[in-house]
Amino acid sequence: MNRWRAAFARNPFGIAPPLIFAIFVGPIMLGLFGTLLPAFGIHPAISDSHLSLDPWRALFADPAFGKSLRLTLSVGFGATIIAVFIAFGSVALLYGTSAFDRLRRLLAPAMAFPYASFAVGLAFLIAPSGWIARLLSPWATGWDQPPDLLIIGDPDAIALTIALALKESLFLILMIVGALGQINSAALMRTARSFGYNRVQAWLKLVAPQVYRQVRLPIYAMLAGSFAVVDMAIVLGPAAPPTLAPFTLDLYRQLDVVLQLKAAAASIFQLGLVVCVIGIWWLGESLVQFGLRPWFSNGHRRGYGAILVSSMGLLGLGLALLASFGAIVMLIIWSFSGMWTWPNAFPHAWSFNAWTSSNNDLAGLAGRTIIIAVTATAIATVAAILCLEAGVAEKRQRWIGITYAPLLVPQISFLFGVQLLWNRFWLDGTLVAVAMTHLLFVLPYVLLVLGDPYRALDPRIAFAARSLGAGRVRTLVRVKLPLLARPLAGAMAIGFAVSVAQYLPTVFAGAGRINTLTTEAVALASGADRRLTGVVAFGLTALPFMALFLATIVPNFLARNRRGLQL
Amino acid sequence: MADAGLVINQVRLGVADRILLDALDLEVAPGEIVTLMGPSGSGKSSLIAYICGSLDPAFTVSGSITLNGRDVSALPIERRRIGVLFQDDLLFAHMSVGENLAFAVPGEVPRHARAQLVAEALAEAELDGFASRDPATLSGGQKARVALMRALLAEPQAMLLDEPFARLDAALRERVRNFTFSTIARRNIPALLVTHDDQDAWGRVVRL
Repeated sequence: MNRWRAAFARNPFGIAPPLIFAIFVGPIMLGLFGTLLPAFGIHPAISDSHLSLDPWRALFADPAFGKSLRLTLSVGFGATIIAVFIAFGSVALLYGTSAFDRLRRLLAPAMAFPYASFAVGLAFLIAPSGWIARLLSPWATGWDQPPDLLIIGDPDAIALTIALALKESLFLILMIVGALGQINSAALMRTARSFGYNRVQAWLKLVAPQVYRQVRLPIYAMLAGSFAVVDMAIVLGPAAPPTLAPFTLDLYRQLDVVLQLKAAAASIFQLGLVVCVIGIWWLGESLVQFGLRPWFSNGHRRGYGAILVSSMGLLGLGLALLASFGAIVMLIIWSFSGMWTWPNAFPHAWSFNAWTSSNNDLAGLAGRTIIIAVTATAIATVAAILCLEAGVAEKRQRWIGITYAPLLVPQISFLFGVQLLWNRFWLDGTLVAVAMTHLLFVLPYVLLVLGDPYRALDPRIAFAARSLGAGRVRTLVRVKLPLLARPLAGAMAIGFAVSVAQYLPTVFAGAGRINTLTTEAVALASGADRRLTGVVAFGLTALPFMALFLATIVPNFLARNRRGLQL
Repeated sequence: MADAGLVINQVRLGVADRILLDALDLEVAPGEIVTLMGPSGSGKSSLIAYICGSLDPAFTVSGSITLNGRDVSALPIERRRIGVLFQDDLLFAHMSVGENLAFAVPGEVPRHARAQLVAEALAEAELDGFASRDPATLSGGQKARVALMRALLAEPQAMLLDEPFARLDAALRERVRNFTFSTIARRNIPALLVTHDDQDAWGRVVRL
């Protein structure tokens, strides 16, 4: 007992991490468990449920399963490989140029763009009746009506693969920018260039291998995410059959207990699949490293092959930025469009109809989305600060690894169990359940964004405050947090954006009864009303952008009279 | 009182298998300034960290520190009442000069008296009218004076100075040094200075 009391006196925040991680890991473990049981035939709603392999037999006997698995593999690996290629190639070409600094400023907004609204905007852009076809028709294509092409929802999920790759490449570049700050990249580049290596060769041969080690975990999270993607797959992917995650969601939605058992089996199957896939990727890393080893030291300083390959990556980055920008333009145009006939590039008339007619609904959707996101972000921020204050980000601590679990475990593998858990407490279908479930995904990002600046704060500053007689809490509130205002605001904005974008956790914890901008945008995307879809998807995009905007201006306002805090 | 001042009793400091300090005894009387000198790695920074309570738990320690007869070795930093000055001024960048000073005034002092104490401290440092200034706009010498006044406003019962003049240029250094030591001397509290520079030595000198 005395030992605990002494530890508490030394650091009263020390009890926070075990407590928070229990609250945090608990639902995931219980959720996995609550999905595992039905996968083997045990379900609370069945009176004589017993252990059986029937759900698995039903799953493997489903004619759509094999095709769906193949699609999932090609989308998951395809998107991740392309994203890694784009990110490393374009950074190799741009690092050290002024364009790189300009690119960095675009990354945070690009990351805050929710997957669902990106997919909707992109669909408006590339569909056979979309903007690209309109801009080129009929003068270049000869089409006097929208062509009969299956671009959206093509059976091989090419649109989905490319859209996912473009979206994730921007996230990966953001992670690479962070990693560059942790290794001494500028000195490495100077050394290599003094040996006569050109910029691209120097970056690829010296910096890239070290950067890769730093961004390995985000890449695994990206890989797991590509295998588990649902919202984008519903909007852009094929329907018959879809990839495994939306396939499983369809089964859950049938509200037939036998099909739910089969869905639970599919959920657990995807957990195993992601474990195998990360293993395969890990083996692939070793192979690539082995294959590239001679190239690192072959002494070639200006081979143009590397530049050529990197240029393809840069092309991909250009496409990703163009797609993001085009998607936003599409959402704006469609949400304000009146009459708009093919093949005109712009509407004949502009109108607020879509905004005003759906206004009541829109306010409700936005209101719910904001309440959930603000609650999840507020709790996540407080929890993250407590954890950091207790020292979780320090090297000796292993806790921080656990927070990545929700990013690596496929959402569909444990959310059904989480829903059953909320159901036990009579909370499923409430805002509380949705916000608490979002917290599982918001907290890792808040910790990720806040961790580095927190560690970078000079420890002597806090020490100086305490030697002046301020306790830990006063030091935290009066000195550390104000000095961290900028990263704190940034972390909150990212947390808010993460919550706003959550699709599957909202569907499950909300038991289908809580609609947010994301669930509504995905639901509307398969319908025919592009104006209404545009309005909802635009609202969905605007919220995180507004949060980011606030996260920039509020710290600037606070720092207006303090030169030491200005950038 | 026999144990008035800062007393270091039989302090042994080690990290891993290496012993940094072996059974150090040192007394600093109220109003006295003692300079502790030693090459880097001699354990003087670790000793400072131990005295003020910020020593990394990886160190093994025995012995004790008493301040005016009170054993402070087990107290958290904020309850030791030991003021510290570092190489860097460590002024809080988000607060004005006046707010930096007011932060240090003990909480039980009423609001009106706080402002008075801050004004007096500024006057003593010849910085009248600087209360609303942004610390980032101050010169090096002005910052060093504010840092000292801030440390003293917390009413410390001892001062530790960890190479506080190392960052100042030669012309400024002597003025800041004289100001620092004369100001501390007026408080009649013990002060321990750690340095590797003979020029900065003041009062009794102890070599490690």
